Amino acid sequence: MNRRIKVALIGNPNTGKSSVFNLLTGLQQKTGNYPGITVEKKEGYCRLNKGVSATIFDLPGTYSLNASSLDENIVIELLMNRKHVDFPDVAVIVADIENIKRNLLLFTQIKDLGIPSILVVNMSDRMRRKGISLDVEKMEEELNTKIVLTSTLKKEGIQTLKNEIANYSQLEHSPCLNFRSIDPDYFTSLQKTFPKQSIYKLWLVITQDVNFANIDRNTIQSTDGDHTRSVSFLKRLQQRETIKRYQFINEVLKKCLQINREQATDFQSRLDRILTHRFWGYMIFFVVLFTIFQAIYDWSSYPMDAIDSAFVSMSEWAKTNLPSWFVPKLIAEGIIPGLGGVAIFIPQIAILFVFISILEETGYMSRVVFLMDRVLRRFGLSGKSVVPLISGTACAIPAIMATRNIENWKERLITILVTPFTTCSARLPVYLILIALVIPDTRFLGANMQGLVLMGLYLLGFGMALAAAYVLQLVLKLPHKTAFVVEMPNYRIPILRNVGITVYNKTKSFVLEAGKIILAISVLLWVLASNGPNSSFGQAEAIVVVDQELTEAELEQKISAYKLEKSYLGEIGKFIEPAIAPLGYDWKIGIAIVSSFAAREVFVGTLATIYNVGTDEEDTIKNRMADELHPDGKPVFTLASGMSLMIFYAFAMQCMSTLAIVRKETNSWKWPTIQLIVMTLVAYLAAFATFQVL
Amino acid sequence: MTLAQLKKGEKAVVEDLNTDLVPLKLIEMGCLPGNSIELLQLAPFKDPLFLNINGAQVAIRKETAEHIQVKIIVA
Repeated sequence: MNRRIKVALIGNPNTGKSSVFNLLTGLQQKTGNYPGITVEKKEGYCRLNKGVSATIFDLPGTYSLNASSLDENIVIELLMNRKHVDFPDVAVIVADIENIKRNLLLFTQIKDLGIPSILVVNMSDRMRRKGISLDVEKMEEELNTKIVLTSTLKKEGIQTLKNEIANYSQLEHSPCLNFRSIDPDYFTSLQKTFPKQSIYKLWLVITQDVNFANIDRNTIQSTDGDHTRSVSFLKRLQQRETIKRYQFINEVLKKCLQINREQATDFQSRLDRILTHRFWGYMIFFVVLFTIFQAIYDWSSYPMDAIDSAFVSMSEWAKTNLPSWFVPKLIAEGIIPGLGGVAIFIPQIAILFVFISILEETGYMSRVVFLMDRVLRRFGLSGKSVVPLISGTACAIPAIMATRNIENWKERLITILVTPFTTCSARLPVYLILIALVIPDTRFLGANMQGLVLMGLYLLGFGMALAAAYVLQLVLKLPHKTAFVVEMPNYRIPILRNVGITVYNKTKSFVLEAGKIILAISVLLWVLASNGPNSSFGQAEAIVVVDQELTEAELEQKISAYKLEKSYLGEIGKFIEPAIAPLGYDWKIGIAIVSSFAAREVFVGTLATIYNVGTDEEDTIKNRMADELHPDGKPVFTLASGMSLMIFYAFAMQCMSTLAIVRKETNSWKWPTIQLIVMTLVAYLAAFATFQVL
Repeated sequence: MTLAQLKKGEKAVVEDLNTDLVPLKLIEMGCLPGNSIELLQLAPFKDPLFLNINGAQVAIRKETAEHIQVKIIVA
């Protein structure tokens, strides 16, 4: 007999909840989205003991059931709804020993919902060092629960936790708080109106505007008791509820927790004195950013070159060895170069996520939020916009999802709208290939000139994001209410396993998501480039041969160039050429721009497909581009046209997935539409100016 | 005096706060009357404030701090 139970993993941010999740499930995880919204949903599978296994849901970190952001809403909506498919049989609340008091607040709330609850006290390895001693048995008695001590660093306590989860049916579920003690009249009357319901659930319906068992806020409002009085009355009750909960927690902790304050955390505060210093703090942050960008550029070039040449030779091999009819040709000339276009991103994305997850794991990211809040607020953003703006250098999609913890809607909306200006990794291949083509590989003041241009483009992206935010702040008229509360967690050494799992999951989802689009477009492009509307397409050999006296190789190239020009793709490119000629582009670049509307990284792949069609030369895309000439014999890629293209890509909204995510996050087509129009316009004008000036 | 007037390194006790204007989240972090509060660090322009509230390290904006009344215990 095999039983499968459902377990919800709940806890404050920075308690090591994800580490517990990783230890329980290993790599048996999948990440997806909650239906309809883009909050990331993490679930994993775990074998508890003989015959019992568990699906574990890693819920978003939250401080309380009183939700102040979308992420936190997920937790309460799941836990209130017994009919939800993911409704847990048992809740595991992860607390860390150093902030046990605050962590227990959430525990008492979950327990009051009547869900069987297990308390995990994590980071128990720190207890002795911090001079903390905890009487676990006494505390289990006081809280009426099971407690498991774990150390995710030393991988201790996980098996005990599995056993306790398997025995969940023996857990007590008596509530912690007597609501009548908060306001006897109010809660007695509320209970009288709905005698069969849990009073805490009713209270959450009123304060959180969630519903359960067919009761929603309106149902309660329509009763006589005047239960949904003014907001400020309810808030006063909430404060009193919090005080009562803390009184309960203090009583419990007085009996079972002892802290020897002598062993204070002096190292932590000394670190903070430097890292959040009003001068050194910013200097250090700048050095950190600089290091990250240099590393992305330097470290990724070797694996990228290797991947590039591997795919080129694979394509060559397929072309020579596979029969020459439709499907094998599609594989050799469309699919393999297309896949290469995806694979080439893997090193950069992985490196960037390594850095971002290390910054978050160590607790440094919160310090950056603190340092940048005032500066960013001038531009209508929040300190919390730092995280989206920095993750935007990987990809705008997770970055826009990361805005969910910005409580202020105006600051959040502006962050969503400007994040696509930051230089995402999809722009990187475009930049890399163009920089290699048009910027000389020289030294400028001892620094690599190409590296400097790349950093300049990143700064340009950030600068544009800030400028756009500034304008939006002036234009947008939205109610403004502050709710900026950021926890500054203790500094920690990052757990490599966690970093590894994050990098693996993020990279995998990028490859799969973006890969699908890129692959589909590559195939489409190849078909369009290999067929033409007029009969002259099929007679290319005859037409070209007639008027030329050429060597075999030259003839071959002429034929394929002629074919491309007469193909459907060529026709499209020719059609838009007049519009883009003032920017310095020819029709081939035009094709690449059109196709890369779906996703920027398609640009390089498209050029690869365009230049690859019908040629047998063993050559990289870069060399082919350098040889590319205008009909009058001048090279297509010059400093002016190259810079103009880079500027165009810096500003243009060339990403369908981003538009889709903005639509989801803002719940309207209005904002993505505005974003698309404005960004494309800015890009066109800026590219025009660049080409004309240079 | 309000929390916003506290100087770096000073310790105080929360006396009162305006529940309409102080986010519940901050209250739940332990910002309650009677609890201790220490100003650890200030960003430029004295905003935001980096605080230790009853053992929890939290950053809040000056505009929130202005609605929290405190009494200094250690200067």
